[in-house]
Amino acid sequence: MNLAFTAKGTTWDSNMDTRFGRTEYLLIYNDISKELSSYDNRESANYAHGAGPKTAQNLFELKADALITGNGPGGNAAAVMEKTGIDIYIGAGAKTVKEAYEAFQKGELIKV
Amino acid sequence: MKIAIASGKGGTGKTTLATNLATYLSEFSKVVLCDIDVEEPNSGLFIEGNLEYREAVYKMIPNWNEDECSFCGNCHKVCNFHAVIRIGTDIMIFPELCHSCYACSELCPTESLPMVKKRIGELVHYKSNGLDFVESRLDIGEEQAVPLISQTINFIKNNFDDNMIQLFDSPPGTSCPVIEATKDVDFVILVTEPTPFGLNDLRLAVETMKMLHKNYGVVLNRYGIGNDDVIRYCEAENIPLIALINNSRDIALAYSAGKLIFQELPEFKKQLMNIRSYIIEILMDN
Repeated sequence: MNLAFTAKGTTWDSNMDTRFGRTEYLLIYNDISKELSSYDNRESANYAHGAGPKTAQNLFELKADALITGNGPGGNAAAVMEKTGIDIYIGAGAKTVKEAYEAFQKGELIKV
Repeated sequence: MKIAIASGKGGTGKTTLATNLATYLSEFSKVVLCDIDVEEPNSGLFIEGNLEYREAVYKMIPNWNEDECSFCGNCHKVCNFHAVIRIGTDIMIFPELCHSCYACSELCPTESLPMVKKRIGELVHYKSNGLDFVESRLDIGEEQAVPLISQTINFIKNNFDDNMIQLFDSPPGTSCPVIEATKDVDFVILVTEPTPFGLNDLRLAVETMKMLHKNYGVVLNRYGIGNDDVIRYCEAENIPLIALINNSRDIALAYSAGKLIFQELPEFKKQLMNIRSYIIEILMDN
């Protein structure tokens, strides 16, 4: 399974990014290969509109199965996420990526 | 002559000035007042007239026809506003984000994205004694003010004589709706208040008008509160201060009752006379 995180950096110790559409990075953890990879999403800072839908499309193209994030996607992005079938877990905004992953494993995050 | 009444900061008195100035000027010549603050038009609260005309306003958006789509990706790659999103073999369109540029539609090799009409708001035209009033209102949930503003300005162009005084009650701020509302006018009145916030946003508005190469002047409203920094700024920058409206409870009371202030308070009327003289001066210079 590919787990995606919205993050401020590219490592396990990076802080989570509470935002969805304009998150700085998307981290993908493959729990079979145990590899953590990153996608630079900083271009979204320059989008006038539609950062949410675009980031949702990026997640789909990164083949994410589940998303762990802070506040969760807004209306337009949520519509795209629904189409992608990616599960969304929120409430990990104030954590590092590692802590967010642990919270996810313990079932402490809220599934939207 | 086209005059826009704009401001950097919201709530400085654009509508107060627009409705009073329009009605006052209509005592001398033919005037059309046009409220293009389409996200929250409120000039109409102060103008009583008979409904002359009403029309729905549309913008064009792509409509996906999946039968011929080859999922090449041109459409979503070319969209600067991410109004078109591809998820596998599904194309999603977000009409509110669409700027009607036609790029996705024109660049589609299978012609699977024909443009169709989408209602975004409504334009109304009222007539009262000597004053025409046109107002456009964006529908709830719509995000794009610009297409409605531009179509409303076109309505004015097509239906009113260029020689009559055309006043545009504009949106606040310095972003796209303001540019659209002011780009074709002959003169911009920037309304502000004598507070640090008022001055900060006036500076932004002035910078914007400079970039648009506009002729502009300032009306200082609620004079008496805050400080004199706005006046000093206008002097230092050689910006004409066309009128000074005192901070007054009587003005607030009349406004709250939906009344036109110059008909109640002679002091306010004097300031409108100053603005009229200034406008006449500009007309003579041209």
